[in-house]
Amino acid sequence: MSIHFKKKSAGTKQEVPTASMPDIVFMLLIFFMVTTVLREIELQVRVNYTQAENIEKIEQKRLVSYIYVGPEKLGPNQVGETKVQIDDAIIDDIGEIQGIMADKLTDQPKLIVSIRMDEDSETGILTDIQEELRDANALRINYSTKQETQPGGN
Amino acid sequence: MLIKKRQRDSAEIPSSSLADIAFLLLIFFLLVTTIDVDTGIGLVLPPAPQENQQPPPIKERNILNILVNEEGLVLMDEEPTPVGQVKTKVKEFIDNNGQNPELSDSPEDAVISIKTSRQTPYSIYIDMFDEVVGAYAELRNAAAQAEFGVNYSALEEDSPAQEKIADMYPKQISIAEPDPGEGE
Repeated sequence: MSIHFKKKSAGTKQEVPTASMPDIVFMLLIFFMVTTVLREIELQVRVNYTQAENIEKIEQKRLVSYIYVGPEKLGPNQVGETKVQIDDAIIDDIGEIQGIMADKLTDQPKLIVSIRMDEDSETGILTDIQEELRDANALRINYSTKQETQPGGN
Repeated sequence: MLIKKRQRDSAEIPSSSLADIAFLLLIFFLLVTTIDVDTGIGLVLPPAPQENQQPPPIKERNILNILVNEEGLVLMDEEPTPVGQVKTKVKEFIDNNGQNPELSDSPEDAVISIKTSRQTPYSIYIDMFDEVVGAYAELRNAAAQAEFGVNYSALEEDSPAQEKIADMYPKQISIAEPDPGEGE
């Protein structure tokens, strides 16, 4: 004959209540869904940002359209001529920029064009791009730069 | 005698896996999110010139010509200037208020005209541009401090106070057209 021992148990529950966990997770999920900007494009040109002191933040990322300017990446550690990239494609004819930007402007009237240009590129191409933007009436632009680490440097 | 209550099967959808599904989605969005903030120098380009329209006449003294050549040397109104001094000179020029006959009549009239050679490196152009923008930022800050006791950036966006300061020192930066003879 065996004796059955009664299991001792505390009067209170010892578990952390997990009923609200889905709610918390959903809240986080919604936060990240809202802040995410999907589809980071693949860069086909090299862009090393320049630094500047008097910079401002662009709060509304959804208004921004990027133009990348820099030497074309040909392979590891190998770069070619300076090219212009908008979205996924390299633009060979600068004259096409006007049409592309005019289309974007109809979709987003408050468009900001952010120019991400390699620090070693020459400004001639920038002047051409700006002329195109003026013709397309996309007048709000932004030179993408990083914060200067040492203020007063240079 | 007590009648036993009949136990029914619950008609609910099982929701125990809800948390797992939500976690999975959460992790996906965590991975694809980039929280880097875009920074840069903002600028509004002048609208494209109309056909047969002459540029408005501007008095010579109200224009500060900044030229940057292919070697990165800066010329301000015919005077070679190191990049580090551009800000001081621009501030002097804008805030002259008619004292020096060589410099601007008033901040509202002052126009900075920037011209670069096609071969100028972008980094030097940005350094110089940064100085010009910095000059305006310092002047606006000083005006906002005097008027409201706070920095310009602390003023509310699009508020009358901010507009007032911006109107005192309007950013009039002209980027000269590339072909020679067209600028000014």
